[in-house]
Parts: sequence; structure tokens; C-alpha cells
Amino acid sequence: MARHTVIVGASHGGIAAAARLRALDPLAQITVVSAEDAHPYQRPVLSKAYLSGKAALETIALRPASWFAENSINLLRGMTATTIDRAAQTVSLSSGQNLSYDALVLATGASPRQFPADRGGALKGVHTMRDLGDADRLKHEMVEGRRLVVIGGGYIGLEAASEAAKKGVQVTVLEAADRIVKRVAARQTSDHLRALHQGHGVTIREGVHIDRIAGSNGSAVGVELEGGETVPADFVVVGIGISPNTHVAENAGLSIGNGVVVDSCMRTSDPCVYAVGDCASFPYEGGHIRLESVQNANDQGAVAAANITGQELVYRSTPWFWSDQFDMKLQIAGLNTGYDDILVQSGTGSTRAHLYFRDGAFLAADCFNDPVTFAMSRKLLDSGKVLTREQAGQSGFSLKAFLTS
Amino acid sequence: MMAKITWNLANGSIISAEVADGMNLMNAAVANNVAGVVGECGGCLSCATCHVYVDEDWTDRAGKPGDIEDAMLEITEAPKTEFSRLSCQVIVSPALDGLVLIVPQG
Repeated sequence: MARHTVIVGASHGGIAAAARLRALDPLAQITVVSAEDAHPYQRPVLSKAYLSGKAALETIALRPASWFAENSINLLRGMTATTIDRAAQTVSLSSGQNLSYDALVLATGASPRQFPADRGGALKGVHTMRDLGDADRLKHEMVEGRRLVVIGGGYIGLEAASEAAKKGVQVTVLEAADRIVKRVAARQTSDHLRALHQGHGVTIREGVHIDRIAGSNGSAVGVELEGGETVPADFVVVGIGISPNTHVAENAGLSIGNGVVVDSCMRTSDPCVYAVGDCASFPYEGGHIRLESVQNANDQGAVAAANITGQELVYRSTPWFWSDQFDMKLQIAGLNTGYDDILVQSGTGSTRAHLYFRDGAFLAADCFNDPVTFAMSRKLLDSGKVLTREQAGQSGFSLKAFLTS
Repeated sequence: MMAKITWNLANGSIISAEVADGMNLMNAAVANNVAGVVGECGGCLSCATCHVYVDEDWTDRAGKPGDIEDAMLEITEAPKTEFSRLSCQVIVSPALDGLVLIVPQG
């Protein structure tokens, strides 16, 4: 009998695993379990073009419904995995079904951190931005003249701020750290994004601490800061990070540590169980990291699928990310972990790149309306070739020329 | 209005479909299960996974890549040629009725 792979999660990582598995093994039996009722859809576009109405629901499907049928992939919607019996190799679903598996892929993603309910987090008009339901609710809230307070100046918060401001909403972003995107980017990138938002009328306040979300008749009416000031709001977006969905894996006794711990082949502490995407903590530079991106989910899903078919494929993709805010396309190549130096490249017009270095060697680049530097940085990182700070700093330096030299 | 689009796949199979005007060729390829056209970034010019070659006879009508697209074509898996386009940047119109695309090996 054909081997049965059960994939828990039908977002980018889960669908990538299913697609690659089918491509590699025409006979594999594949079941994908989706927690959502909606047909599997692309996530990044939700906080960007979908919010602004530029992308309709039917254009953001990850795969058309016919794809599942044509590829004999059994998609079970509106149910979650409740328990895994690793000894029996079965997974129980919230629908009451029990599925036997030869291989199990956990692509369970992550959930947005909620603002504490006892401090106003459960009031009406308080939103997170993660799934289709969130995006649809926010679309309704974003009406010209209304006031939005965004809690958290990370990429999700800034994208929501950008879409709202484009619709004529008055937006204030509150960031607890002394600068926005501090966790993931250099000061120069914070400065650039701050100026971009301020130029479009968004108020950015950094180093502010929130006491509570104030409510009236059960609805949010403002955000109270420590010190007593209240920033008025008609609705609130909470963008304070996400937590990996590890509950089922943890109850099954799998190794957990900021995500489901996997090896470089995406195997968990049980060799029949894999984890991919936002929920997976994978080896990187002697430690373990977790990445929250489409690239990571897609590529890890494909690696897990290859290994299920008996390959020994190691995950070693160059990470990349993107964010669209106002008329600015930010593309990020590589990981800047441990950077100690930044080189700012200003091109023509709004073109700009911030190159990150550690111990004099190139690590990553934040590219603003600069797809050439982005593409070349990805190519460079893929190639393994070392670019030094000294080389990059020379006058007339061109990444493209360096790559072909 | 619809235009007939044909994809020649790396494995030798051929997919043809009637595609509505105004749709981009990445969405059209995904909707028609064209293996090899992925569209990882949803068509925002960030991933270069919807790379196709335009059939020689159609290059004039399909047009040339824009600046951003041209840069992104540097990181496609299959080599960039004078026929390379990113599907998400080609919008279907009556002028493209009959268009033939070659999908690179994925």
C-alpha cells in the first residue's frame, strides 16, 4: 500500500510540502488538514494588496480547488489535529476522525500574541493581523476619517498602518522600544521607515509604554499610556509578534524550544514527524532559530517532502523577505543576526540599500525600491562568495560587477 | 473577452486555457495548474518563481520586462534569456490571444 503522509496546516508550508511530495511520488497518499474553513490562501498579501482591495479573494488562492482533485490530495477543512499518538502513528482530528500516518508534517504556523484581556485586549475593535478573517474585519474598519492606533512598530503593524493611511485613516503607531523594527533591523532602516510613514501623515511614537486599551460600552475608544495620556482610537491593531503553534507537538512529547525543534532535514525528535515554517525551530549557525516568512515555509515544506521520499536533503536556503508600505517596496536578503556594521547605499530617486556586515563580511541587505541590490544580494549569498566591508565601501563598487568578477 | 494561452511544460505536456482579459499570467497559470509557475510572492515582484520564456513569435506582442522585473530575472532558477518574462507582469489582452509560453524546468 502507498505510504500515507498527513500534513497538518494548509498555509504556505503545508501546501508546499504536499506539492513537492506529489511531484516526487505519484503514488503517495496525501492528506492536508486545514484549521480554517476557507480554501487555502496566500498570507502576505492580506496585510498588503488584499487590505487595499487591489487583490480579490479568488486571486489569492494558494492553489485552485481543482489542483487538490487533480493531484489526489485530500484536503480536510475546518478541523485541527488534537492529539498525536506517535507509537501508533495516528493523529486525531477535532472532527473525531483518526488518521494513520507513515509520515506526519506539522505546518501549524503561529498565532498572533494578544494584548492582555484584563487590560482591554478583548474589547470590540481590537484586532490582530494574521488570517483572512482578520483582514476582512480590518477592511471594514478602515474608513476615511476614522482613527487607528497600532500597537507595535514591527513589519505587520507598519503594513497595517500604511494600508489604513492610504485609505485616509488617521494612524498612530505606538512602539515600546526606542525605535520601530528594532528587533529585526538597523537604526538606519528604522529611520528610513519612520520618515516614510511620517511623510504620509502617520504619527510614530517610540519608547512609549501602554497601560491599557480604554473601552466604552465594550468597544475600544483609545489607548492609555503610562503617565495618564490617552491616544483616542476608533479601532486598534495589535502587532506585537506571534507565537509558534506547538501545543499538539508538545503534548505528543516532541522536543520543543521556541517552536518545534527539528534537525536540518526538518525532522523532529521523532523521525516520522517533520515540522516546517513558522512553527519550526531549525539549526542555524550553531544554534536554533525560527523564521516567520513565506520563503522559509515554502522551502522547508519542500525539504520535508523530499526527505519523506527517502532523500537526505538539508535546508540551507538564503532567507528573504518583503514588505510593501506606501509606494515603497522593501526587499530583504539574508539574515542580519549579529551585525556590527552598516553600509548605506543611496541610488537614484528613492532607491536605497542598507548592507549589513559582521566581522567585515557581508550578511544581509535591506533594499528600498532597489530590486537590483536585492537580486544581487540573494545571488551573492547563494553563491557563498564573501564580500568584505572594505570591497563594498570602495567608490564605484557594484554588486553586479563583483558577482561576475 | 478571453484569450487563449498555451503553456509548453518542461515534461513535454501542453496546457491550453481561455484566460480573461486583465488577468496576469501568473494567476492564470496557477489557476490552470501549470506546474513550474509558482508565484511564491503573490505577484508583487519579489520572488521570480513565475519565470517563463515567451515563444519567439510572440515576444513583440508580450513586450519587454520593466526595470524591477528585469532585475528580478537575475535570480530565476532557469537562465535568463531575451525571451524571459515574469508571468505576474504580463497582463492578458486581446493582442495576446494565441500566446505560447515555454515553462522552464522547475
